[in-house]
Amino acid sequence: MITPLHLDVRQSAAGGETDFELSLAVPSDLEYVGPAVELIAARFRTGILSPRRVRFNLRTALAEALANAIAYGNRHDPGRQVRVWVEASREAVRIHVTDDGDGFDPEGVPNPTLPAYLEREEGRGLFVLRSLVDDVDFNQKGNSICLTLRAG
Amino acid sequence: MGGEMSFTLQKDKRGVVVVAVDGQLIVGNRQELKQKVLDALEGGARKFVIDFTKTGYIDSSGLGVLVSLSKKIREQGGDLRLAGLNEDLQTLFELTKLDTLFSIAQTPAEALAAF
Repeated sequence: MITPLHLDVRQSAAGGETDFELSLAVPSDLEYVGPAVELIAARFRTGILSPRRVRFNLRTALAEALANAIAYGNRHDPGRQVRVWVEASREAVRIHVTDDGDGFDPEGVPNPTLPAYLEREEGRGLFVLRSLVDDVDFNQKGNSICLTLRAG
Repeated sequence: MGGEMSFTLQKDKRGVVVVAVDGQLIVGNRQELKQKVLDALEGGARKFVIDFTKTGYIDSSGLGVLVSLSKKIREQGGDLRLAGLNEDLQTLFELTKLDTLFSIAQTPAEALAAF
C-alpha cells in the first residue's frame, strides 16, 4: 500500500507559464517510481517539450534516475527519501534527483550494449537515461544527478 | 494511481503462451511478470509471445527481466518472442541493442504464425 505523493509547485515570479519549479519527496520504495513519474510528467502535457519527449524520454529517464536513487543510493532504506527538484524554463527542463547514499562513479559503469554485457539482467539504467536526455550531470559526490531536456 | 498494471496470460491451441502487458513494465512490477512466465515454463510451456500492444513504457529493469526470461526459456529448449512494440519501445530496444537478441514481430498474430 502506498501513500499519495505531494508535488510542490512554485511559479517563478519573473517568468511566464513555462517558468516554474517542482519539488517532490519520494520514499525509498520502488512502488513509488511509477506514481512519481506520472505526477511530474503530467506537469509537462503542455509546454516546451514535444508530447513524445514527455511521454517517452522524460518518463523513462526519470524512472531510471528514481530507481537508481532508491535501489543503489538509498538501498531501499525506509528512513531515507529521494528528493526530486525540477526547474522548468523557456529553454530547458532540468530534473535533479538526489539520494542520501554515498554516491558512485558513473564512469565505472560498463557499456551494456557490448557483447559481454548484452545478456545481463542489470546495468542498463544509466545507459538508457543518457540516451534519452540532452545532458546528464552528477554532483561531485555522485549522489545527485541532473537530467537536462532542452526545448523541442 | 499510475503504477497500476496487469499481465494477462493466454494459451493458444498449440500451447503458445501470449502474455499481454497492460500499462507498464517497470521496476515496480517486473517480478510479477517474471513469476507468471516462470510458472508457465514450470508447467511445461516452451513458446512465449510477449504482447506490448497495450504497453505505455518499459524501463531498463523491464528490459532486464525480458533478457533473463528469454535466457531461461532458451535453456529449456523454448523461445520467447516480442510483438506489438510502439515507436518508443522499438527505439528503446534499438538503443540498447536488444533488438539483436530478440525476434520482434509487428503483431502478436505474426509472432504466433512464426512459431
